[in-house]
Amino acid sequence: MRDVAVVAFAQSHHVRREQYRNEVELLMPVLHKVKSEVGLDQTQIDFTCSGSTDYLAGSAFSFVSTLDGVGARPPISESHVEMDGAWALYEAWVKIQTGMADTALVYGYGKSSPGALRDVLSRQLDPYYMAPLWPDSVGLAALQARACLDAGVTTVEEMAAIAARSRRAAAANEYAQLTSSADPEALLAGPEIAAPLRRHDCPPVTDGAAAVILAAGDRARELAARPAWIRGIDHRIEAHALGVRDLTTSVSTRLAGDRAGVGDRPVDLAELHAPFTHQEVVVREALGLGDGVTINPSGGPLAANPLIAAGLIRIGEAATRIARGDANRAVAHATSGPCLQQNLVCVLEGGER
Amino acid sequence: MTPPSPLTLPAALRDVEPVRGVRTPARLDYTFTAGRATSRFLRGIAGKKIYGERCGTCGKVILPPRGSCPNDGVPTSEQVELPDRGIVTTFCVVNVKFSGSAMELPYVCATVLPDGADMGLFGLVQEIPFDQIRMGMRVEAVWVDDDELTHDLASIKWWRPTGEPDAPYDSYREHV
Repeated sequence: MRDVAVVAFAQSHHVRREQYRNEVELLMPVLHKVKSEVGLDQTQIDFTCSGSTDYLAGSAFSFVSTLDGVGARPPISESHVEMDGAWALYEAWVKIQTGMADTALVYGYGKSSPGALRDVLSRQLDPYYMAPLWPDSVGLAALQARACLDAGVTTVEEMAAIAARSRRAAAANEYAQLTSSADPEALLAGPEIAAPLRRHDCPPVTDGAAAVILAAGDRARELAARPAWIRGIDHRIEAHALGVRDLTTSVSTRLAGDRAGVGDRPVDLAELHAPFTHQEVVVREALGLGDGVTINPSGGPLAANPLIAAGLIRIGEAATRIARGDANRAVAHATSGPCLQQNLVCVLEGGER
Repeated sequence: MTPPSPLTLPAALRDVEPVRGVRTPARLDYTFTAGRATSRFLRGIAGKKIYGERCGTCGKVILPPRGSCPNDGVPTSEQVELPDRGIVTTFCVVNVKFSGSAMELPYVCATVLPDGADMGLFGLVQEIPFDQIRMGMRVEAVWVDDDELTHDLASIKWWRPTGEPDAPYDSYREHV
């Protein structure tokens, strides 16, 4: 295997509604920033891979129009996934493993504000039995939360504490959308919006973008003082039908974590893409992360959840803390689909092998 | 490989018509954000003005502007007013009816390069028999009546010949 590292990361200032800029205007400054961090122009990047979804944008081929912000002249080697940018990063990592690229630009962006997000997300469900019923995304998460509470996996008190901890941590994150929280006791006094979920249990609706640059071996050492080496990465998907899954656990996260080597050595911090509070408990348990592991120091998706970028941001936030020397070994997790259907786990380390 | 054994159905479901399809209508409404550059362009259109935007790196005038130079991936840096006349760089004769189109067949769609622009606008060419339309032909915009002008390229009804001599191919070859 080739050693591949995250050498740069940039993200937008996440907001509820980006009402003046179109997607290319939102994304382009992030692309410029990530490239300038390592002093690369587009001609020095061997492979470009993006994540986006036309369902969010409400326009066909939105990913083609955002290539206008990349600079595709002379023509570039490029690919795209209709998934979170974390999966675009996986594709880029594979491309580098093949030896066909030494550097890669990866980005993901999502404007959730143009449509009714809870309805839009129902379109990813099984088209015969579920999608015609328009089950909304918060309602499906609430089904999972109820199952978790009944199984004793978590409590509403623990969920409220996760919400408060996440949004308070985000006070130190200039890019986050929600950066403060009432005390957990006060949160629990609020009404349930989709029982048993209260407002604080749910992620904000966010418009935003993020970008990462990957580099292999000595190229990474040239570009970054302390590259965040990807020591393991894997992703797994579970069945489409919610009824066949045990929603109180995440087998896909556990398998991906095992394959990525999460438990091989101690973990300093984890950036988990668990958009709903109870999902953090499920993911933490699936990855075997103990109390000594700092969870979501950035605030995580409860503080800013730009769909399609939020998973990639977890990798970027973890890598940034390694680059700064705040951590030596970090786990980043990304999810996609309803109720943690699909999960990606990435282990990053600061030290040389 | 042996085929799976057939499913046993209760008597009430034997010999019934198979379900050959289901209709599950889906509709999603979006509030689309044109963006800053496109908004500048569309405001111009509502006032019978065509504004391109110049790239500070390659100098080309991008039309219609969307906020960046697609070649260089940088924001455009200068708004440029363009005349509502130019040349047909390429065209096609449409001989089949598309749903939603009220156009009489055949009709001509064209890419029109306004003078001074480096990218063309898509539009119709009218007021000339379809078989006389040609690359390099000089055309001008025919706008809708002033009270129908809106932030929409449909504010240009079509393009029509000016009668000026055709532009030589070499003058627009890089825009074809």
